[in-house]
Amino acid sequence: MATETAHAPQTNFNVSNEKMGMWAFLGSELLFFGAFITVYLIYVPRTADGPGPEVFDIPFTSVSTFILLMSSLAMVLALAGIQDRDLRRFRTWTLATALMGLVFLGGQLYEFTVFVQQDGLGLTTSAFSTAFYVLTSFHKVHVAIGVLMLGTLWFMSFTGRIRADGHGTNAVENVGLYWHFVDIIWIVIFTIVYLIPVDLAT
Amino acid sequence: MSAVEDRQGGSNLFRRPSSTAGVRGWLTTTDHKRIGIMYFVAAMIFFMVAGIEALLLRLQLATPEAQVLDSDIYSQMFTMHGVTMIFFALMPLSAAFFNYLLPLMIGARDVAFPRLNALSLWVFIAGGIFLYSAIFFGGYPDTSWVNYAPIQEVGADPAGYTLESGAQSNRMLFYSLGIQIAGVASLASAVNFITTILNMRAPGMTFMRMPVFVWMTLVVSFLMLFAMPIIGVALWQLMFDAGYEGNFFRPGAGGEPILWQHLFWLFGHPEVYILILPAFGIISEILPTFSRKPLFGYAAIVFSGVAIGFLGFGVWAHHMFTSGLGPVANAAFGLTTMFIAVPTGIKIFNWLGTMWFGTLRYRVPMMFAIGLVAMFTIGGLSGVTHAIVPHNAQQHETYYVVAHFHYVLFGGSVFGLFAGTYYWFPKVFGRMYNERLGQAHFWLQLIGFNLAFGPQHILGLEGMPRRYYTYPPGMGWDLWNLVSTIGGFIIALAVLLFVINLIWSARKGPAAPEDPWDARTVEWMTSSPPPQHNWDVVPTISHRDELWHRKYTDEEVPRPVPAGASPDHEASAGAEEDIHLPDPSWWPLVLAAGMPIASWGVVVDSWWLIGAGIVVMLFAGVAWGNEPATEPEHDEQPGTLQP
Ligand code: HEM
Ligand SMILES: [Cu+2]
Repeated sequence: MATETAHAPQTNFNVSNEKMGMWAFLGSELLFFGAFITVYLIYVPRTADGPGPEVFDIPFTSVSTFILLMSSLAMVLALAGIQDRDLRRFRTWTLATALMGLVFLGGQLYEFTVFVQQDGLGLTTSAFSTAFYVLTSFHKVHVAIGVLMLGTLWFMSFTGRIRADGHGTNAVENVGLYWHFVDIIWIVIFTIVYLIPVDLAT
Repeated sequence: MSAVEDRQGGSNLFRRPSSTAGVRGWLTTTDHKRIGIMYFVAAMIFFMVAGIEALLLRLQLATPEAQVLDSDIYSQMFTMHGVTMIFFALMPLSAAFFNYLLPLMIGARDVAFPRLNALSLWVFIAGGIFLYSAIFFGGYPDTSWVNYAPIQEVGADPAGYTLESGAQSNRMLFYSLGIQIAGVASLASAVNFITTILNMRAPGMTFMRMPVFVWMTLVVSFLMLFAMPIIGVALWQLMFDAGYEGNFFRPGAGGEPILWQHLFWLFGHPEVYILILPAFGIISEILPTFSRKPLFGYAAIVFSGVAIGFLGFGVWAHHMFTSGLGPVANAAFGLTTMFIAVPTGIKIFNWLGTMWFGTLRYRVPMMFAIGLVAMFTIGGLSGVTHAIVPHNAQQHETYYVVAHFHYVLFGGSVFGLFAGTYYWFPKVFGRMYNERLGQAHFWLQLIGFNLAFGPQHILGLEGMPRRYYTYPPGMGWDLWNLVSTIGGFIIALAVLLFVINLIWSARKGPAAPEDPWDARTVEWMTSSPPPQHNWDVVPTISHRDELWHRKYTDEEVPRPVPAGASPDHEASAGAEEDIHLPDPSWWPLVLAAGMPIASWGVVVDSWWLIGAGIVVMLFAGVAWGNEPATEPEHDEQPGTLQP
């Protein structure tokens, strides 16, 4: 560790380049989702006589939202694990985070099939449906990439790129940042896309 | 132990390249200087392709009712001309300068993420190849680079609609995905340059000591960071509309065509500053050097640049005055647009102040820089006339607008980028360009440019609409159209001289010293061309215009400083062994290749191909993550690994 910091290039802000880059990237992502959410809000009433927000199943989505929220907690524990130089704890919680992410994805996909098959809300039904599916699918892609990164972290703990001496903590921290961000975005989507429109529609 | 073997086993498939020689060395390089050179070459090729397209347009318009291009081809050509110039010529040309110069100007050895940097380059090239492959799938996009809805659905010529079914949606998919890919490249560079500037400045290089070019790079990077996702969203939406029958911009099922315009210009106006600010940064380096005076009003230039960055997001609707936003919105956006002219004007006055009473040396870079100040001002003034809403209604969609944006883009960005090319040529190649050929280039370009675009002001005010493939005789437009075409060919000749000069001088030009211009900033302290690690000793910065202060005293009539006054050696003595350069890597190239593959999959509607592209990207991504940026030294113990 001592030699590692001695070799690490000094940065002007005492923040690692990777972390600074991740923050910048997330700033950009904020506009990405911001634009999609805005478009969705404009299109909520444009259902073209097809189904509208009343098809959303709030209790079900609340459960998957809760699971995603808990995965953020697991992520925190995974980071704490590696910071405490405890590789086993790190591995367990990393896997747990990834698994919860997968459960969330599964729940979302199930939800989609219900909307399509039972409620007749297809991608091409209306401006509302297109905006809904595309926005939430992009969020899912982000979760999936997160799961993949978590898997890579887990794998790296076996190849020696993440070690009990704390080597590689930086990577864990950055994946954590990303994961929390994706989680927060989902909270916003859940509120704005699901809760409020349903409230207005019923 | 077996874990270590695993790792080495895994990389056998694509063994990490260790040599920097030959073609393979260039394909796998992570050296910001090589990446910069490749950016420049690729962007110049696109620039010439787009130039040939422009010449075709001008041939068609040279005389009334000409038969050079039919309406369909004409529409494809002006669309590809605009798209190529903006996304594949000017933005990457700026990126070439950022790449090459940024680390040198802030005293770093490379950018923050060298492999990400290589990724930007390959992604941009992959995007260009993808876009131009549209010729094999039913033709190029044809509804202009702004590509308004709902015309994007039906094509440029709905009346004479002869395209086989699906061709129009293919054209839109190429527009959407081609620009999307280019956008990924810009986004990656933005993250990279922001981190590099904020984090990797040499000791003593405070923000207010940074060269203006570095400042402008920072502003442009933030503009890209926040503008690219917006066009990204619009392009994804277009992809879903064109490829999967989505309803984002289709009025039939509740979509809102005007939404496209909002998203496009919310990106589009910041984009024009993305295009011009690098050129502003470049001439802010050149003018002081060739005036032998410090930049007049450094802080004003920096902060007006930052102000432009912020205001740039608040003026987009000035492109939409005639779309029926209503008088309140029109008045508001008219006002903000007038405001944004103020910081730009400040810059112009500061440049004039820099030259005022300076000891001017009229070398080629300086002439192009002065050319920019003059030509851009004309474009800026016609821009202010657009901001007057009633006036705008007269000018919108006429050649007056075409004249405007060519005065700012060509008279501004291109003059600035060419100035920079001549200025830093000796640094990059260690040889001088040919001064006489360069002067000839300048005068030809200045004359050709004004002949080509000056008369378009008149044509526009006389009512000639843009994006029409022909016009009847007797409208009074014949003469100026002919003049404009002649001007276009003179520009082509000028650019030809430029390219000849570059190629010839890079091989045969006389050797250039480290600091041929008696310049002011630290990139001129290292050898020409710089070694791979840029500096043997990273300079310690104690002044703005550091190099000048090392060479001359601060007196009214500066005298040379005795040699050996540099503080660098003590500050970082013994640092030399610590130089860790990023190793070459295949993964950026492989990852970039996945993007067009997946995009072709969208076009031919094959989930297999889409999947294949995604697998390539994921595979490269994971391999990338498992490969350290810098391999450990062979004789080092694992405990001393670079993070
Ligand atoms: C850096 C150089 C240039 C840039 C950045 C540039 C950019 C553009 C852009 C953005 C458009 C609008 C395309 C659209 O709305 O779809 C355009 C149109 C056009 N440009 Fe350029 N251009 C450049 C150089 C030239 C040159 C050298 C010529 C002539 C020789 C030229 C001739 C034209 C013509 C004829 C049009 C079509 C106008 C119309 O039909 O509406 N451009 N250019
Ligand atoms: Cu604008």
